[in-house]
Amino acid sequence: MRTPLLTASLLTLALLVGCGSQPPAPEQAGAGVEDRTPGAVTTPGVTPVTAGQPNAYDIAALKDPKSPLSKRSIYFDFDSYVVKDEYQTLLNHHAQFLIKNPQMKMLIQGNADERGSREYNLALGQKRAEAIKKALMLLGVKEAQLESVSLGEEKPVCTESTESCWAQNRRGDMLYSGEF
Amino acid sequence: MRQLISRLAAGALLAGAAFLAQAQLSIEITGAGAQRLPIAITDFAGERVVAQALTSVIRADLERSGRFNLVNTAGSVMDENTPPDFPDWKSRGADALAAGSLVSLPDGRYETRFRLYDVQKQAAIGGLALTHTSAQIRATAHRIADTIYEKLTGERGIFSTRIAYVVKSAGRYELQIADADGNNPQPALASREPIISPAWSPDGGRLAYVSFEAKKPVIYVHDLASGKRHVAANFKGSNSAPAWSPDGKKLAIVLTKDGNSQLYLVNADGSGVTRLSTSSGIDTEPQFSPDGEFIYFTSDRGGSPQIYRQPVAGGAAQRITFDGSYNVTPRLSPDGKTLAFVTRDGGRFRVAVMDLASRQVQVLTDTAKDESPSFAPNGRMILFATEVGGRGVLAAVSVDGRVKQRLSVQAADVREPAWGPFLNK
Repeated sequence: MRTPLLTASLLTLALLVGCGSQPPAPEQAGAGVEDRTPGAVTTPGVTPVTAGQPNAYDIAALKDPKSPLSKRSIYFDFDSYVVKDEYQTLLNHHAQFLIKNPQMKMLIQGNADERGSREYNLALGQKRAEAIKKALMLLGVKEAQLESVSLGEEKPVCTESTESCWAQNRRGDMLYSGEF
Repeated sequence: MRQLISRLAAGALLAGAAFLAQAQLSIEITGAGAQRLPIAITDFAGERVVAQALTSVIRADLERSGRFNLVNTAGSVMDENTPPDFPDWKSRGADALAAGSLVSLPDGRYETRFRLYDVQKQAAIGGLALTHTSAQIRATAHRIADTIYEKLTGERGIFSTRIAYVVKSAGRYELQIADADGNNPQPALASREPIISPAWSPDGGRLAYVSFEAKKPVIYVHDLASGKRHVAANFKGSNSAPAWSPDGKKLAIVLTKDGNSQLYLVNADGSGVTRLSTSSGIDTEPQFSPDGEFIYFTSDRGGSPQIYRQPVAGGAAQRITFDGSYNVTPRLSPDGKTLAFVTRDGGRFRVAVMDLASRQVQVLTDTAKDESPSFAPNGRMILFATEVGGRGVLAAVSVDGRVKQRLSVQAADVREPAWGPFLNK
């Protein structure tokens, strides 16, 4: 219960200093108190920090396997370029990271499965990368921090001609500065 | 009819280039033309002094074209001055006959001469004299085969042209240039990242391509003789699908700097980019018509990927393909009359051609994963990538679908073929 007492005595001290050293300010005509915008009361905040624990959106969190930021892939349905709802939480973490670290940039690499024309698949991968970029911008990320590109069918994580394998290749990956 | 031409690989081994034989494209003929002209090519006098027999290369070229039937010459040797026994050649079934000689010159080079005869008319109808080094034996043979082909068919031969393609092996990508018969492969670019969409400049001296070495697709223009290359397009987003204008000054390209994949024009040095198409969907795979008036391209603006064309000078796009839900990769024949493309039908991707005047479509192949069709500069054959036994191979098919060949490399994937232009008009 020491804090209120300390605050009260500091306030008294301030009042005493104010009265003693300053001449009274001249009255200004027409400046009625009712015309003034009321000032907001501010209270200084305190964020508790435990030494040795990185902030959730610290750059170090990118390399922390326990951080949601370590998850970098978004998977798409066949012939689809829509980011599924299940990825909103993940995208929100990445958006917060980019907002809190404006010097960091993200390269979004879109991918497609192997069927059909390589150049058309490059364009399909681009649509997936664009969808992720747009989702991050809706969450407040600046466009200047984002680049969406496509690797088409050229960098498959899975190389068998099966549906489960193709599903892994219909993917967008998020890479940060220093990783590309 | 299947015939494996192993002589090609044997030639490389004899030249002491055993390591090259590993990477050699070997050609298998899997179908031949119906109307084939019977021709006899005798062994040339003196050709045994060179390790690679000249006439075996000439015979292989003509046979591979699917337009000739080789008459057995049973080891007969004739030079260009030997008077042919026309009734004898006629009785052996030959309509045409070629004979010649190879002699050593005092400076270490060689001189090869040949003469072509019409057996029916009993008359000489052509010939050629060439000086060359021992390293140019194959090139000399291709020149002779081109001369024979042109004299007898009325069309230019493609045996002296080159092809570009990408070989993928264990985390390594190599852009290679080889002779049209798959021999003499030379690496132009090696990379740990993918290389796609090579496109020959009209003069045959440069290749534009897309390389992923910067972790994103970037377009380069590469001078083959000097090995010097420059970035032609590296805008924010993806840069891909380069296609040369017929004058070799500009590239039609695909950029995503303004959102989805859209068509742009850029000077070959990378300057002066202008936008060509504005659609809400994907526009890609641009290709100039040979007269430079139109850009053919793939677009999903109608809901599925189809081929469209649009005047380069500006104007509305016109849809070209209507059958099926997936028609991509438009490629124009050198005369501008035929469109080759890849069509999907029941999960199979196959090379098809459309006669642009009648809009008649013919599917040419019976494979399932065809990609990247590319016309030979005389318009007779289409080179494309496909998959056989889970491995990427190159294949060629004649525009009438009758002649079929397969080109494969041992233990590697071959893809992204591009047939180069004629080197001199």
